[in-house]
Amino acid sequence: MSAKLLEVDKDNFEQEVLNAEGVVMVDWWGPKCEKCLELMPYVEELAEKYQGKMKFCSCNTQGNRRLAISQKVLGLPAMLFYKNGEKVDELSGQDITPEDIEEKIKKYVE
Amino acid sequence: MENVYDLLILGGGPAGLSAAMYGARGRLKTAIIEKGRAGGQAATTSELENYPGFGRGTTGPGLTEAMLNHALDFGAELIKDTIVSLDLKSNPKKVVGRKGEYYGKAVIYALGAVPRMINVPGEGKLRGKGVSYCATCDADLFEELDVVVVGSGDAAVEEAEYLTKFAETVTVIVIHDEGKVDANKVSAERAFKNPKIKWIWNSTVKSINGDELVESVTLKNIKTGEETVYPTNGVFIFIGTQPMSDLVKDQLELNPQGYIITDEKMATNIEGVFAAGDVRAKYLRQVVTAAADGAIAAVAAEKYVQETDLWENEVLKAEKPVLVAYYNPTDMEGTEKVGIVDQFVRENSDKLSLVKVDATRNELVERRYGIDKSKLPLVHLFVNGEIKAETYDLSLESLKAITNL
Repeated sequence: MSAKLLEVDKDNFEQEVLNAEGVVMVDWWGPKCEKCLELMPYVEELAEKYQGKMKFCSCNTQGNRRLAISQKVLGLPAMLFYKNGEKVDELSGQDITPEDIEEKIKKYVE
Repeated sequence: MENVYDLLILGGGPAGLSAAMYGARGRLKTAIIEKGRAGGQAATTSELENYPGFGRGTTGPGLTEAMLNHALDFGAELIKDTIVSLDLKSNPKKVVGRKGEYYGKAVIYALGAVPRMINVPGEGKLRGKGVSYCATCDADLFEELDVVVVGSGDAAVEEAEYLTKFAETVTVIVIHDEGKVDANKVSAERAFKNPKIKWIWNSTVKSINGDELVESVTLKNIKTGEETVYPTNGVFIFIGTQPMSDLVKDQLELNPQGYIITDEKMATNIEGVFAAGDVRAKYLRQVVTAAADGAIAAVAAEKYVQETDLWENEVLKAEKPVLVAYYNPTDMEGTEKVGIVDQFVRENSDKLSLVKVDATRNELVERRYGIDKSKLPLVHLFVNGEIKAETYDLSLESLKAITNL
């Protein structure tokens, strides 16, 4: 993963996402999810564009399956938004577009 | 004008990639427009063992990546953009993407198909929460969990098999009588022998239930009408596909299911516009037939581009009036008469030029001018791109008459 997104896993998820102040977006992906890989460069672009305004994380569900299910993620790709540790919004499914993601981000950076 | 291509291919699945390889190899300036990763639906199929020459161990992503590299190697260009709208009747044909505008002398539309929904309560809400249309994408999340598969075609039965590598149990919900599935025999027999797969016959899904995640499905036995709640963590739906033809539904002729109607050369109702792959009305939707469609469409497109370029330069945009002599090379008597036209134009070479067209091979003239191949030879007089006169009588007298010379 890129440096623009902080990689989270079962060990640091609580600290980096649930205990974080402000808004955090977590991009749940998997190496076999073509759609996730397709979206990844766009997510990185968005993370760069909105850098400093909110926190961007990514989580590889391979190896973090239980963590994903605990966050009610059972399908990829999924973009979850947390505010002060509470899940407030999400996008999921094969038809997510980069525009959809940016729209959600805009909703939370203002 | 920027971004003008001989051949513009929409969609980077097997049909588009095959078309790009043929087009680029045929020296057409070729580009593929693809919104994401190339490979199409095939790239979401983990095991792909029915592409000739590539047996067991072949993967969808692997095969389609090789197809992409093959096309790029011959000089095709890959444009990453999402198509927003098309004007297929303009010249050149115009494709509008989110990032830019692209033009093609010929267009191959190969946007494929997407999984069909079952349209029951809970399906939309629980998408990504246990409802899935892609086993490759989501299977490993269901380790130790129970899943159901809806459908009994090739995709349903093959993906059920794949899911058994991860899920605790896989239950296939089939609408048919016990033992009857729509899948091919090889896959069906393999699945029937798999101890991790259970089968529920004569049944459909009435609703998918759960609050935050899928908890159960309500099944209806279509014979008895009985409804049962079947606990599960996941619902994988494989009940066929729907074509990605919305963008062109007002321009191209579609069948009632929305698939694009083409002839055997992949030509649509608009000249220079071809369709290939799963988006086309056809009998068998497989990687090998998509690749074949792409090859045919590219060759037909190449011919179209050559014919239109020639016609434009030598007839429509010619400075002098042009006599076009259409002939049938197998008709000796008629073909000899073309010699009279030759002689007439030579004598008047300051005022006229001549273009000879084998009307049995040139599809463009047949389509545009409705040339009747049984009544050849025929001569048209073109002035400033328009037909001003015609004659079936290839004599000096009648040629003089139609040209006023």
